[in-house]
Order: sequence, then structure tokens, then C-alpha cells
Amino acid sequence: MKIWDPLHECMPREDLEQLQLERLQATLNRVYKNVVHYRKLFNEISFVPEDFQSLGDLKKLPFTSPTDLQENYPYGMFAVPLREVVRLHSAPGRSIKPIVLGYTKNDIRTWANLVARFMVAAGVERDDLVQIAFLYGLQTGAFGIHYGAEAIGASVIPMSTGNTEKQVTIMQDYRSTVLVCTPSYALRIADFMEEHNLNPHGLALRLGLFGGEPWTEERRKEIEERLGIVATDNYGVSEIIGPGIAGECVYKSGLHLFEDAFYPEIIDPHSGEVLPPGHVGELVITTLVKEAIPLIRYRTGDLTRLDYSPCSCGRTLVRMEKPRGRTDDMIIVKGVNVFPSQIEQIIFHLTGEQPLFQILVDHRSSLDQVEIKIGVTEKIFALELLEQTRLLESLRRRIRSVIGINTTIRLVEPATLTNVESKVKHIWSGPVD
Amino acid sequence: MLTVKNVNTFYGQLHALKNVSLHLKKGEIVTLIGANGAGKSTLINTISGLTPPRTGSILLDGFAIEKLPPHRIVELGISQVPEGRQIFNTLSVKENLELGAFLYLRKKGGRRLYEEMVEKIFHLFPVLRERCHQPAGTLSGGEQQMLAIGRALMARPQILLLDEPSMGLAPLIVKEIFSVIHALARQGGTTILLVEQNAKAALRIADRGYVLETGKVIMEGEALELMENKEVKRAYLGRDRKDIWER
Repeated sequence: MKIWDPLHECMPREDLEQLQLERLQATLNRVYKNVVHYRKLFNEISFVPEDFQSLGDLKKLPFTSPTDLQENYPYGMFAVPLREVVRLHSAPGRSIKPIVLGYTKNDIRTWANLVARFMVAAGVERDDLVQIAFLYGLQTGAFGIHYGAEAIGASVIPMSTGNTEKQVTIMQDYRSTVLVCTPSYALRIADFMEEHNLNPHGLALRLGLFGGEPWTEERRKEIEERLGIVATDNYGVSEIIGPGIAGECVYKSGLHLFEDAFYPEIIDPHSGEVLPPGHVGELVITTLVKEAIPLIRYRTGDLTRLDYSPCSCGRTLVRMEKPRGRTDDMIIVKGVNVFPSQIEQIIFHLTGEQPLFQILVDHRSSLDQVEIKIGVTEKIFALELLEQTRLLESLRRRIRSVIGINTTIRLVEPATLTNVESKVKHIWSGPVD
Repeated sequence: MLTVKNVNTFYGQLHALKNVSLHLKKGEIVTLIGANGAGKSTLINTISGLTPPRTGSILLDGFAIEKLPPHRIVELGISQVPEGRQIFNTLSVKENLELGAFLYLRKKGGRRLYEEMVEKIFHLFPVLRERCHQPAGTLSGGEQQMLAIGRALMARPQILLLDEPSMGLAPLIVKEIFSVIHALARQGGTTILLVEQNAKAALRIADRGYVLETGKVIMEGEALELMENKEVKRAYLGRDRKDIWER
């Protein structure tokens, strides 16, 4: 079993903690000097980086929230001048405007090596043909995997998303050995092959590296059986770096979190208190090596827990459990993060009103379906039928272009929405109508 | 093998090292880069005990050395090649080397060990053998630097601290000295902490580096990464010295 960076992945804990302390102190010195947002926050609590004595001191520092990134749009969180940034990506924010992400040359190199770690841990080798079915564009997923695979020396097939028929044809003809996409898209490929009487076991495919959305052990079993592959999970957060924060090894017993680059904490999402190891809470990450946008105690919104016991693979890095859910109402549709507040803003922009609405996410088939129910207001009710249809169509288009997901939109009696507990409803089981 | 944690060093009122942490692994070459007055030499002097820290810890293989006097620290295996070489001009080359053997020279079998070590140094720097009986003051700058390194090595250190070994030397000599430093770590397993104005040359032979600024570490990383870092490039690798925080 190979390890990409044994020096850092198998460090004795004591050495790791010294390295984390050094990198944290350096990061704090840099953000204090270069990022106005952090200098202000630190001054408010009379903290100077020189006082930072041990890893435990981190809990005295304030969190960074997605809202902070939003408020400093576009470049306020950058710790380097823009001309040192060689790449910009973006991630969905809480409003229509996305968050801007930047990478220096070193950040890109770091990223490639972190992704290479979990790809190697999952069994990818230089002889592999890696088919990447993540969207190439502003999102981080495809590029991160791309660089990691190239660092290993594997052959990359940059398929991007969509066109399942072409994906399958290339998979068959090019003899792809590794598939990288969302777990739900892997099932879509399995569906497609079944529908067309193609035998997935006749493919050269041997590994699947899936991420971008949470998935269950049942789903893993289903994918492995139907495609005849070994499927592993990996974890990333766009605002932090993209993929490359943690990933499973072949033992599939938790995701090794790359602690020499990211310092993890688990907190109680309500009180903000740090929880002892083993407790379930919100994952908070402090970056230790990032240059362009270092983040101090970034709240990921993902609920998980950490296991510090050693793994059979020899890595000493802490393992995080597959994320169990979210602390907020974010939903993930086909790998795209969606916040109800974004939908709310779009509705407001187009109608000038804030009607009641609910988002139904149907997970029963392999690809999630999203329906938005909007409570009819007097103003909408007064519209002619044709106008109503036009409004719904422009809402649908706007959501498609701003957020990037397809939806069906229905007008409903507002009374049916007044008693709903949450803006989001998930349908996991039951007959498909 | 050496772990420095939260070290604060003062010169009177002047706070020269502010909460500095650093580590050296066996056989590594680590370089400290930074502008004049950033605290590079102070950090080396703090480790060797010349300017002990006011607070913080320095552990050598888990053993606290931050309160020990310099000669005890040499005994434990940390030798320093001081800035400006500091050799004894009127003494011969060999006598200078003898001073470096003070730890064991008068002990049983010390004389033999001394002769062995001198042989090793002459092997490393053949020119010193030729100048063996010459007063050290008559040596060229490069030869004096070799002698200073040789004298530090006579104490058979596990860790060698080098303060500006290239200072005032011709490029060709610098190259020779750096290749010896490189060989000491790679072949001899000596751990090296190198302070250099010539950051480019230092990063070329180093495994890792720390960037110091006004007494604080602002970056730790592999030598390759630091070479690619634009801030390091501009400020310390001499591309241009314009202020990069001009936003």
C-alpha cells in the first residue's frame, strides 16, 4: 500500500503538534499583518499573535464564518496582493453573489499534493486512467482532482459533467480505470448502462473516488456492486481549498484529515465551545499552509466527529467520520451547494415580494429532483395566467443561471406552507410517483 | 532532534525574538532567511546559549538546554560557526583547530581522537593542510571561513549552527563552502541550521526554511516552496526590493 507523503502522513503526534504550532504561529503573524479583517478582530479582543503559546490557545480566537467571506467580497480576505494570485475560483455564498477564492502558485502545488495523498490512499497509481466527471469551471472540484492525478502521473481524462452517453462511451473505449464524480452521478451511470443493456463489469473501471455531497454506506455498497469497483469518499470545502482536506484509505474507516495543512476542531455549533475528541459537532478548520487566503477557525457547517486512534494503513493522521449533516439549511443538489436564502433573494428580485416558499428535495432516484413550492400572493394571483407562467419560467431560468440547478416550480395555496417546519424538505424513501 | 518553542529573547529592552518556534530533524539542512535585524543571528545565539532566552524552551532530544551555559551546550553536541569567523589570527591553523577540541583533548585517548579529527578536517578542506603551520591571520577570507567551520567541527557536533558563512567571500569560494555544508549533512548526517544573507544560495542546499521578520516567524516551508513565494523572492532573493504591500 502506497503513501504519497509518508513524512507528513505518518508523523509521530508529538512532531506533528510542533509543526502545527510553528505553522499556526506563522499564519497568525501573516494574517495579522496582511488581512485587515483579522487585524481588526484580533485588536478587538486584544490578541497579538506573539501571545500564541500552544495549540490550545486557538480556542480563544474568533471564528471565521461564511458571512465574513461574503462581507469581504471580493478580495478583502486575501493575504497577498492580487498579482501573486495565479488562479481564482468561486464558491456559492449565502446570497446571489458567490465567494471569491484565490490561489498562489504555491497554493496550487500544495493543493495538487494534498489531492494526490487521498488519491494514492484510495489506490490510484501512475498507470491509471482517471476520468474526471466534475464540472470544469469556477467550481474547485475538477481542477483539484486534475492536479492531484497529474502529480501522481496518472492519465487524466477531463470529461467535465453531463452527457452520460459520451461518458460511458469514453469509459468503454479509453478503458478508464478510475471514475471521479459525485456518488449520485456514479449511480446515474450505472442506471444508463442498465437501460442500454451494457455490462458495467465489462469496463476496465476499478476505482471510484466520490465526493461533493454526503452519501451513505448503503449507497457505497450499491455503487460498488453495480459498477464492480471499490468506492472511497473524500472531503473538501471550496472556501478552504476544494477537495484535498481529507480522504479515505482502502480500509474505508474514516477520512484521514491532512492535519499538517489543516488544523481541525470540533465545536458545539450553538455555544461555540470546543468538544473533546470523539464527540459529534461542527468541524472547524484553520489553514496552516495556505498563502492567498489563510482562514482562522473557519466554520464548515459540517457535522462530524474525529477519531485519533491509529489506522491499519500506517497513517497517523486523525480520521473524520463521513459528515452526518449540516448545521445550517444548506442543501447539496448534484454536488452543487444551495442555500435557501439564495432562492429567497431570487424570488424577491423577480416578484418584489417575499412569499412563503418551500424547497422539496427528492432523493429517491439516482439524481436528486428539486421542486420549489411558492405560496401564491395577491399580486401573483392577480396576474393573468400567461403572465404567471412567464414569471415561473423566468424564476426557473434565473435559479438555473445563478445557482446552477434545474428545478420545477409550482404555485400553491399559502395556507399549505404556513405550518411547515423548515424551508427545506427532503424525501428519502417512499414510492416514486 | 532540536525543538524550539515560544522563545523570547531580549537585548536589554529590545525584544529581539518574539515567540519563535522551530524544529530541526536529524540530518536536515534548515535555513533562516530574513532582512538585517530580523533576528536570524539572535536565534542562533539563543540556541547556542550566547544570548539565552527570557522565556520559552529549547529541547535537544527532549532534554531542556535553554538555561545551560554555552560550553555545556557544545558538550551536548551543538557547535556554532560565528559570524565574521572569529578565528585567532596569531595562532597557526592547527592551533586554531586544537581549540575546537577542548572538550576531549585532555581526556584519555583524546590526543588520538584529536589527530583523527584534524585528518578529517584536512580531508574536507585540503587547503588547510597546506597552510597547517601558517598563522591563521595570513589566510584568505575563504580559507579563514573554512578554518572557522573546521574548528566548530572539531567538537564533533550533531548540530552545526552557521552564521553567514558566505559573508564577504568570492562567489566561487561560496560555492565550495556550500558544497561542503551540503556534504556534511548528506554524507555525515550532521544537522545544520544556516543563517544566510544569500538566501538564494542557502535555499538551494536547504531542505526547509523559516522566514523571520522583526523577530517573528512569518513562514515555514520546504525550500522549494519558499523559493517560489513571491514575498520571499522580492524581499530576500534580491529580485527587487520594492515594498510589496503597496495595496
